[in-house]
Amino acid sequence: MSYTARNLTAGDRELIAFRIGDQEFCVNIMSVREIRGWTPATAMPHSPAYVLGVINLRGAVLPIIDLSARLGMKPAEPSARHVIIVAQFKNQVAGLLVDAVSDILTVTDENIQPVPEVSSDLERQYARGIFAIDKRMICMIELDALFPDMESEAA
Amino acid sequence: MDMNEIKEIFFQECEEQLAELESGLLKLNDGDRDPETVNAVFRAVHSIKGGAGAFGLDDLVSFAHVFETTLDCVRSNKLEPNQDVLKVMLKSADVLADLTNAARDGASVDESRTRGLVKELEALARGEMPSASGAPEVAPAKPAAAAPAPVAVAAKPAPTDESGFQPIPFTFDDFGDEPAAPAADPVFEVTFKPRSDLYAKGNEAALLLRDLARLGEMTVNCNMDALPPLEALNPEEAYFHWVATVRTSKGEEGIRSVFEFAEWDCDIDVRGLEENEEAELPMIPVPFDLAILDGDGAMTAEEHDHDHDQMGDHHEAAPADAPVAAAAAEAVSAAQTAAAVSQTARAAAAAPAAAAAAAAAQANNAANQAGQTIRVDLDRVDRLINLVGELVINQAMLSQSVVENDSNGTSSINMGLEELQQLTREIQDSVMAIRAQPVKPVFQRMSRIVREVADMTGKSIRLITEGENTEVDKTVIDKLAEPLTHMIRNAVDHGIETPEKREAKGKNPEGTVRLSAKHRSGRIIIELADDGAGINRERVRQKAIDNDLITADANLSDEEIDNLIFAPGFSTADKISDISGRGVGMDVVKRSIQALGGRISIQSRPGQGSTFVMSLPLTLAVLDGMVVTVAGQTLVVPLTAIVETLQPEASSIHSFGASQRLISIRNSFCPLVDVGRILDFRATQANPVEGVALLVESEGGGQRALMVDAIQGQRQVVIKSLEANYTHVPGIAAATILGDGRVALILDVDAVVAASRGQSLKPEIALAG
Repeated sequence: MSYTARNLTAGDRELIAFRIGDQEFCVNIMSVREIRGWTPATAMPHSPAYVLGVINLRGAVLPIIDLSARLGMKPAEPSARHVIIVAQFKNQVAGLLVDAVSDILTVTDENIQPVPEVSSDLERQYARGIFAIDKRMICMIELDALFPDMESEAA
Repeated sequence: MDMNEIKEIFFQECEEQLAELESGLLKLNDGDRDPETVNAVFRAVHSIKGGAGAFGLDDLVSFAHVFETTLDCVRSNKLEPNQDVLKVMLKSADVLADLTNAARDGASVDESRTRGLVKELEALARGEMPSASGAPEVAPAKPAAAAPAPVAVAAKPAPTDESGFQPIPFTFDDFGDEPAAPAADPVFEVTFKPRSDLYAKGNEAALLLRDLARLGEMTVNCNMDALPPLEALNPEEAYFHWVATVRTSKGEEGIRSVFEFAEWDCDIDVRGLEENEEAELPMIPVPFDLAILDGDGAMTAEEHDHDHDQMGDHHEAAPADAPVAAAAAEAVSAAQTAAAVSQTARAAAAAPAAAAAAAAAQANNAANQAGQTIRVDLDRVDRLINLVGELVINQAMLSQSVVENDSNGTSSINMGLEELQQLTREIQDSVMAIRAQPVKPVFQRMSRIVREVADMTGKSIRLITEGENTEVDKTVIDKLAEPLTHMIRNAVDHGIETPEKREAKGKNPEGTVRLSAKHRSGRIIIELADDGAGINRERVRQKAIDNDLITADANLSDEEIDNLIFAPGFSTADKISDISGRGVGMDVVKRSIQALGGRISIQSRPGQGSTFVMSLPLTLAVLDGMVVTVAGQTLVVPLTAIVETLQPEASSIHSFGASQRLISIRNSFCPLVDVGRILDFRATQANPVEGVALLVESEGGGQRALMVDAIQGQRQVVIKSLEANYTHVPGIAAATILGDGRVALILDVDAVVAASRGQSLKPEIALAG
């Protein structure tokens, strides 16, 4: 773990890194509420393929999103080894199914590189930057960009 | 507390007072002549006026004042509260409510209506008071200038006067001249006899007398004749009365205005004295000693002291103390004189002190009895309800896992769990009861609607309400108002005939609308009955044919025809009126009732009227549901939608067209809908014979047989929003959490049925990107 407790200066970001398949991603730590193990979800009719269903989070109904499928990769086959990141974006809370949480990182803005031009729309939409740590490449994703429709539907 | 909070409290109190006012007026309207009712009505208006004065809400004050003046005539039996008078008064109550709302939200008020009513009220106060025995000039012309504001504080020991007092210019012009009051001023003898109520309401004799002293030169005697021996003394009773001789230029009117806010709790007699009469006063005049009274005030109740401190503040400097300081020596002797009367007297006769202290205690008591309620933010209650809901689920999960691990089921853990279960259930019930409110406020609003619509249509209608105290969840109450308003409008506008027609039919020209509420088997039943013409089935039928709702040769029972009025886009009134022809019909009413998990039906007898019966759940937080399995998923179907359940036999299933199947139930064919297919849980239709059919009735009135795989049972479930964190899912009304901690979806029967008719139930979430 490369995390060290120090005061963050203006350009610093604290991020939670997680693994999906062989790729690493991260999100802003401030949007993460909690991390919990996988529990079977109740399927939702007519939902997009990446919505695995809903679970009971201490009395609240929490939709679970297969982040792998949402990012256009292979749909996950949820098992007890999977982890749910409970994250808040906009006014909603949702669970993101990922393979594992790997790290808590502090990164300064200057270390973050812009996303290279790629053909995939999806990547351009959610990726906000990439950076390297210990020879690993980590992609920073923007949660709000992942679910543009959910809020407008609920509003 | 800042000003706005205090103001908010004032408005909340206003609402209560307005409700009180209206119910009082309605009682009077029903022939109640109890003076207490009149007093309650009067007090309500008076309190609003007082509070409004403190906040400088001039419109409200001036209207309340006129209203109050007229009510005063009723109170003093100068005006007979007959139907016509009450009609004006009820209208005035409506205007008062409007003005209050306007003051709160800045909404606009129909000024011409207000002005018109002011004139009517004034006419009543003037016209019906022929000889005005007693005090001719007082009642009709309550000094408008002196009436509002500051004294209100004394009359209203509400939170308003704690610190929310807003100084309002209020000067005694002649105050400075007091010592040298011109000899030409007339002299009055004022007998002031407080009743215990005066103290109970937080008024204080000392303050009133001090105000009186400001009018001019005054001497006052305390009459203690009524004082019983100590053992017989009731500390909450008022025993003293005072006789004051005042030399003032303000006249009787000015004197009475001092007591204006206390007048119904004391006997006031003002008598003009001749100069020589003054000398013949039987009692030795004791110089009126404000120092004593001040001291007493301080000893008694702090809050009263608070009052007069504040009052003092804006009477520009300490008003009374200065002139009195000179008489300080006299004060002592006066106190001794008073004390010397007798030992017994002394205890209580630390003058108004004891009485006032007792009164304060009594006031506290009264407050305790009357106000055993607290105002709590609804959010807090909801949070508690949520938590309790989770507790119930948690408890159920715990029980289940214990049962799984405890094979013989005899361990003490099991026993403890059972108790826990009982407790959690009790907690849940009590918490739900917090949100339960009587339907009274909604019913009261309806009486206004009836009045207004009756007025507009020139009909004479009496609204009778029953079971106003029936309690139901606040959300239900809030959502009930709109459909009920609509139905009442309909009943008055279309249901009840004009007085002429009624008379021609031999009915009482005054129509009756009866609104009642009662509990029945865990639901609340609200009935709205009118004694009007009933449903004109011929016309309804014709209209339905015109609107293509039914075919011309359709064979419908009376009941079916009656229920046509709930069909979308149906309006029978020949003329589209302002009142009910707003393009929305009974279908909207039906939908909003159904949205509440309720049902509505109508019974009508031609010539005798119609009755609408609504059955609503007591709360929106829980729902009675049937737990079913569909394609491996657990779903909950609202019990209200289910008409019956049946096990289909192969012989009763008939294929219809390419993919449709019908089931024959008692010789009628009903489309079979596979829930699993509609919700996309499975790709092909299930074999109906292996499942269970739920016969449901939907919004459109049609019946459908919903196919599910199995029924697990029936239970009450707590409704959880899906929208909070996700989005609306077509075909799903909400979610709930079952005993095993898993989420189950609650089926939206109407949407499923609509989908089976071919309307699309397509996913509303477009895949982004």
